[in-house]
Amino acid sequence: MISAALLIALALSPTAGATGLASPGCTVIAGAKVYTPTGPQDDLDVLLRADRIERVGPGLNEPGCARVEAKGLTLTPGFVEPWAQLGLIEVDLEGASRDDEGRGPDLRAAEGYNPRSSVVPVTRVAGVTSVVIAPSGGGLAGQAAWVDLAGGTQAEAVQSASVAMVWAPHEDLPVALYELRALLEEARSYGKSRAAWEQNRTRPYTAAPRDLDALQPVLRGELPLVVTVDRAADIESILRFAKEERLRIVILGGAEAWRLAEALAEAKVPVILDPLTYGPSSFTSRDARPDNAALLHAAGVDVMISSRQLHNVRVLGQNAGNAVREGLPHDAAITALTATPARVFGLTDLGVVAPGARANLVLWSGDPLELSTTVTGLWIGGEAIPLVSRQTLLRDRYLTNPAALPAPSL
Amino acid sequence: MLIPMRSGPLLLPLLSAFAGLLACRPPKPPDTPPPEPARLSSLEERGLSPVEAAPVINPPPLLLTGAKVMTAAGVTHDPGWVLLRDGRIAELGAGEPPAAQDARRIDLAGRVITPGLIDTHSHIGVYAAPDAQAHSDGNEMTSPVTAGVWSEHAVWPEDPQLELLVAGGVTTAQILPGSGNLIGGRGVILHLVPTRGARAMRLPGAPETLKMACGENPKRVYGERGSEPSTRMGNLHVQREAFYAAERLLRDWEDYTQEHEDWAKDGAEGDPPTPPDRDLAQETLALVLRGDILPQVHCYRADDMLNMLQLADELGFSIRSFHHALEAYKIRDVLAERDVAVSTWADWWGFKLEAWDGIEANAAMLAQAGVRAVIHSDSPIGAQRLNQEAAKARRAGAQAGITFTDDQTLRWITANPAWALGVEDQVGTLEPGKRADLTVWDGDPFSVYTHAELVIIDGSLRYRHDDGSQPWSDWTLGREVTP
Repeated sequence: MISAALLIALALSPTAGATGLASPGCTVIAGAKVYTPTGPQDDLDVLLRADRIERVGPGLNEPGCARVEAKGLTLTPGFVEPWAQLGLIEVDLEGASRDDEGRGPDLRAAEGYNPRSSVVPVTRVAGVTSVVIAPSGGGLAGQAAWVDLAGGTQAEAVQSASVAMVWAPHEDLPVALYELRALLEEARSYGKSRAAWEQNRTRPYTAAPRDLDALQPVLRGELPLVVTVDRAADIESILRFAKEERLRIVILGGAEAWRLAEALAEAKVPVILDPLTYGPSSFTSRDARPDNAALLHAAGVDVMISSRQLHNVRVLGQNAGNAVREGLPHDAAITALTATPARVFGLTDLGVVAPGARANLVLWSGDPLELSTTVTGLWIGGEAIPLVSRQTLLRDRYLTNPAALPAPSL
Repeated sequence: MLIPMRSGPLLLPLLSAFAGLLACRPPKPPDTPPPEPARLSSLEERGLSPVEAAPVINPPPLLLTGAKVMTAAGVTHDPGWVLLRDGRIAELGAGEPPAAQDARRIDLAGRVITPGLIDTHSHIGVYAAPDAQAHSDGNEMTSPVTAGVWSEHAVWPEDPQLELLVAGGVTTAQILPGSGNLIGGRGVILHLVPTRGARAMRLPGAPETLKMACGENPKRVYGERGSEPSTRMGNLHVQREAFYAAERLLRDWEDYTQEHEDWAKDGAEGDPPTPPDRDLAQETLALVLRGDILPQVHCYRADDMLNMLQLADELGFSIRSFHHALEAYKIRDVLAERDVAVSTWADWWGFKLEAWDGIEANAAMLAQAGVRAVIHSDSPIGAQRLNQEAAKARRAGAQAGITFTDDQTLRWITANPAWALGVEDQVGTLEPGKRADLTVWDGDPFSVYTHAELVIIDGSLRYRHDDGSQPWSDWTLGREVTP
């Protein structure tokens, strides 16, 4: 039997190859409760043209455009997973399927991204349209990229090839700071003496020149450094270090970040956290609290929510719902999942339902964070995406009779 | 008695043996029953004798009123009432409660009462928090078959995660060894109350269980060491050998029992027959063959599950529950026919190849086919929100055109896991006579926004949300966790 979602998906995908329909080039999504930059508003229409949102308002009538009746439904920007190896790893335990290894500042995760990973459709049909993909490993692993979960090529999928520098400090923090401080000092020296270096008139550097080049935007504060850190004392050390080195940083993990909420707010340091982190799961998360996000938000910190998953990035909404359960305001949770990562990572035309923004949109049957809500419509870059994944195909294959395996017909 | 003088060298030993027989054996009084034979079951009892007394609570009677009462037994009373007495559910019903003068009345308007949740797959206590080398007690990965080890011996009752489960509404959990071994050892079914030792935390009367694993994990662990198993065929080979050895042991016990019976009938002359030598691993497997220990089998792929069912048929035992079983939907007809429970997740998949074909509708398709579907956690994070996981599994069903009532969905985390653990006579539903294990929720238990507000175990309040009282784990004591 064809699910309602599939019916709507087929109706919404005029460019679906299977149907061979021509794209009208514009779509009006009519009458939904829309999460605008100023909060949710009922009965709004959203006009998409090409890959952009053109207009948002009540009663938009555009002849010649496809129309999606969305009364009683909810429209949000596509959710953004701010940190995952999605598309870099296919099967965790199979090394041959992994392209996530970090090496140094000049490494670019975007070069390993597979837009045709099975994980992509599984993730987007749950309403996640974008992911910041990051290399794994300890130390300065390399550069993270922003990808949208549509498009068959890297060129189509990668929206920005370098959005952050990734640093997972050695578990012994003084060692990690000792090493990074020395590297940044070299990078500064190299940055000032580039011409002289070309003529062999500088001191020798231990780091590779390409890595020193790659660190220049970090030194200028243009490229944020995302730091994996949980323990309050470690966050305090890193805040001090970032201030001394004049770095723009983002905290990833932040299990005990609530203890430094004021300091983080004052330093304007955003935090990527998983609301399901609990204490004392480890020595560094001893004081984790379920209301971490709520406390940080109340202090004025930019909060982003991560699933800390790969194959299950789709639980992002549930994780955010848990943060709301513990006191994060609902609107703040939606913002944390959309506009905040876009702003922090420099993609200002993403993560919002506003004229001129890239049309990454999700239509939900109800509250996007509730566990009974389903995705009924999905657009990435203005293109309607069928709500089909390998998992829905497997389900449908086995739905009627598990023993009736496919066979050709005469 | 005359001894022929010709038996020279044999004379002394014979004489002394005979004298020994005469000297050490006093005349038997008439009508003494012959000594009982040794039994596997008495050896079991010996191994299970407690030192710390199980917690004895005499909770006062409680009358919970005004809440929506979800029994997980096909009936919901909205509003309803539940009367608890002597640690049991005495009565329950709809509307106005009876006047139970001796009971303390608690008004729970706006709340929802369910049976306490049951997690069939947990490593709490054996992989205790905080994550530490010293706490790595879940996998005795020194041999692929360690049937003689017991999870109970590795559970740390001070694991801070135990009370986090209770805060999530869980009242009973099966603690299992990991899946590094083909046969990892016995699980233990715990009633989540604070005790000093693990044995006192056992759910009284719960059966023994055995953890088995198929597929990638055991063959990877031992294959990397260059020993068997290193392939799926090695997996089955080692498991079959282990069970056949246990079958031989069972036959030895049967032979011994028969010999003992014959010896007793013949007047119990001389020494009684000697029972088989002790072998903790083989005894455990023998008890599985006898149906006394319930197998809990970690297995992902449909074909691997069929192999395990074949193994069970070959040896004559029944698998009580598969665990994880991401491809169970592909063989749900077989599982339904054999009444094998399936403990699975709402949405985990992909971390290894045997998990590649996981789908969100697994539990729903199984339940529709008449299989006892269970949502388990295998995770301290999932265990704190089993209700949320069940909600997601129900949603996936709806997307596939399969709908479930609240009661049916609730069974996935209450009545069905109770059956999978062989404790369905005691817990898992709100019915008169069952243990008073209840979770009181501050809203719809399937909403992401709902908390467990109160958790009652054996009729005694064990958890109150946000009440600021001291944690029960000593590890957590002394932490100030206030902003």
